[in-house]
Amino acid sequence: MTITLSDSAASHVRKFIDRRGKGVGLRLAVKTSGCSGLAYALEFADDAIPDDLSFESKGVTVFVDPKSLTFLDGTELDFVREGLNEGFKFNNPNVKDKCGCGESFKV
Amino acid sequence: MALLQIAEPGFAAAPHQHRLAIGIDLGTTNSLVASVISGEARVLRDEAGRALLPSVVRYHAAGAQAVGCVAQDMQSADPHNTIVSVKRFMGRRLADIRDAARQPYRFVDTPGMVSLDTAAGVKTPIEVSAEILRALRQRAEAAVDGDLAGAVITVPAYFDDAQRQATKDAARLAGLTVLRLLNEPTAAAIAYGLDNAAQGVFAIYDLGGGTFDISILKLARGVFEVLATSGDAALGGDDFDRAIVDWLCALLGLGDLGAHDMRLVLTEARRAKEALSGKIEVRITAVLSTGRAIDVPLTRKTFANLSRELIARSLKAVRKALRDACLGAAEIDGVVLVGGATRMVAVRDAVRELFRREPLTDLDPEQVVAMGAAMQANVLAGNKAADGEWLLLDVSPLSLGLETMGGLAEKIIPRNSTIPTARAQDFTTFKDGQTALALHVVQGERELVADCRSLARLTLRGIPPMVAGVPRIRVTFQIDADGLLSVTAREQTSGVEAHIEVKPSYGISDQQIAGMLQESCGSAEADMQMRMLREAQVEARRLLDATSAALHEDGDWLLEQVERLHIEAAMHALGEVLETGGADSLKPLKASASALNHATGEFAARRMNASVQRALTGHKLDELAA
Repeated sequence: MTITLSDSAASHVRKFIDRRGKGVGLRLAVKTSGCSGLAYALEFADDAIPDDLSFESKGVTVFVDPKSLTFLDGTELDFVREGLNEGFKFNNPNVKDKCGCGESFKV
Repeated sequence: MALLQIAEPGFAAAPHQHRLAIGIDLGTTNSLVASVISGEARVLRDEAGRALLPSVVRYHAAGAQAVGCVAQDMQSADPHNTIVSVKRFMGRRLADIRDAARQPYRFVDTPGMVSLDTAAGVKTPIEVSAEILRALRQRAEAAVDGDLAGAVITVPAYFDDAQRQATKDAARLAGLTVLRLLNEPTAAAIAYGLDNAAQGVFAIYDLGGGTFDISILKLARGVFEVLATSGDAALGGDDFDRAIVDWLCALLGLGDLGAHDMRLVLTEARRAKEALSGKIEVRITAVLSTGRAIDVPLTRKTFANLSRELIARSLKAVRKALRDACLGAAEIDGVVLVGGATRMVAVRDAVRELFRREPLTDLDPEQVVAMGAAMQANVLAGNKAADGEWLLLDVSPLSLGLETMGGLAEKIIPRNSTIPTARAQDFTTFKDGQTALALHVVQGERELVADCRSLARLTLRGIPPMVAGVPRIRVTFQIDADGLLSVTAREQTSGVEAHIEVKPSYGISDQQIAGMLQESCGSAEADMQMRMLREAQVEARRLLDATSAALHEDGDWLLEQVERLHIEAAMHALGEVLETGGADSLKPLKASASALNHATGEFAARRMNASVQRALTGHKLDELAA
């Protein structure tokens, strides 16, 4: 069971948390909605929630609830630039099918 | 995947909800359902992996029914209760069905639409179609795992109002929300136009199980324009099966086949027809109920000869559509083949020969309509198109037509026509030497002009004087992509022309709003009338009460006998109107009330004087001033 961050993602997350001034890490979750059934959620974490699993990657603590982890195991969080757009991208090996609009996925 | 940003705790954006919408090709022989899943139109299959659902419903005596392959397998065994090609009976009367005698069903001539007597009772074609749609709905719900926002159902371009309405009713019966009825060729164009990003003028040759449609469509930058449509509502793959059966009967001298044998031979004929698309020669084998065994070889060449006349019928319609579109066969940039029957080699050869080009068959001809319908459904359900924008096709929500003699509305552009569209119809003069023609453009489904909405009037002048019925006045209705209707009337021999542009409020919702407004305006007036009547009644009662009270008090000493009788007569008259008057008694009521007021004028004045006198009697002037 592991979730990792790319170098670029880790440095950006650290920068964002510093700029925000508070927060203990990053929370990743999977929500059940969207066209293909599942969608990612990416939030700052202000404190750990009991039952959460945490992973350390390149100086960033990542919190994931156990249910989401089954869909996220092995994911690498990357930070990429696409044209004018910058943002985080989930490289999730569990994904079997994505929706056409690119907001949700299926495992 | 879209790129994500980190959100504040609890504020991660929920992804948009996908509303599941399906496209249904409700065919004569086979039906399909498709949906856009993950941005891609896909035909939904049953558990056995079959895309096609045979449009066959079998009714059992217990009231149960089977749909699809299970029912189709029983065609020969139970021909009376196994309904095939029900689409042909949709919205039709018994008199409309040309070959009723050759059908194995027990028809019931019910008013409005023919019905079929089955083991489970009398069923209308709407109920039978609803069974097919229900099966497709269940398949879709299982496949997409959720509630359906709605469905787009395709109909032949030639379906009239009754047939379209019957299709809608069937969908409602099956528990489907109809987002729109879409013409089959247009659905095929959507599927091809988007998937291949094609531009140019295309002919959609749709030879289905029971209907033939030819549509000339112009595709440019994702906008579809229908240049012309034509077709034959009673020409399809089934007819080719019959041609084989007729040939067999003639060849073997079979005479009259019973319902059971007819079904059996038809099934075998279809099998042979389908096999001939891949083979040069097949054998037709069957054992009739009389014990007679049939075993006849059928070659592709013989079959081509048998189907020559049927294919010629389709080509005649193609030429007509080309003429209507003012195009030559060479100006067509591509021919799309739709419908399982276009797999026939003879059909492909004929189409290739006419257009002198290889017809397009990139997409499965049987699935293309359902796929286009699914794409349209996806957009109509409010999901954004995955691959950029494309112009949404609109339809004329109400029929557009002209007033003809006797105040009747002649529909020229039927309701649900996809726009942009153009239709023309020829009219003539009513009287000898008539030199002008007044055209009244109306919108609505009602038969009488009085019940339709008036849109515009225009006058065509300068018609050369001729005997009534001789001038040919072509009236063209054209709706452009913006919903702008232009009407042109042109006398063919002299060339005189009149033209007008109308802007009916188009979008269906606008239409509904307008309808609701009109309705509310109409009832507002009735409400106002009622209110005025009620007010007058209340006033009249008040007047009667006050008068009788005054008479009782002062009538004896202030009035002469004659005067009193006069007032009492007016009271009686008002009371009569009040008692007997109905909803339209406002005027007489007001008149009687004013007559009574008039009659009591003098009495009231005297009463006033008397009461003033009474008040003043016995008082000094000083007291009054104080």
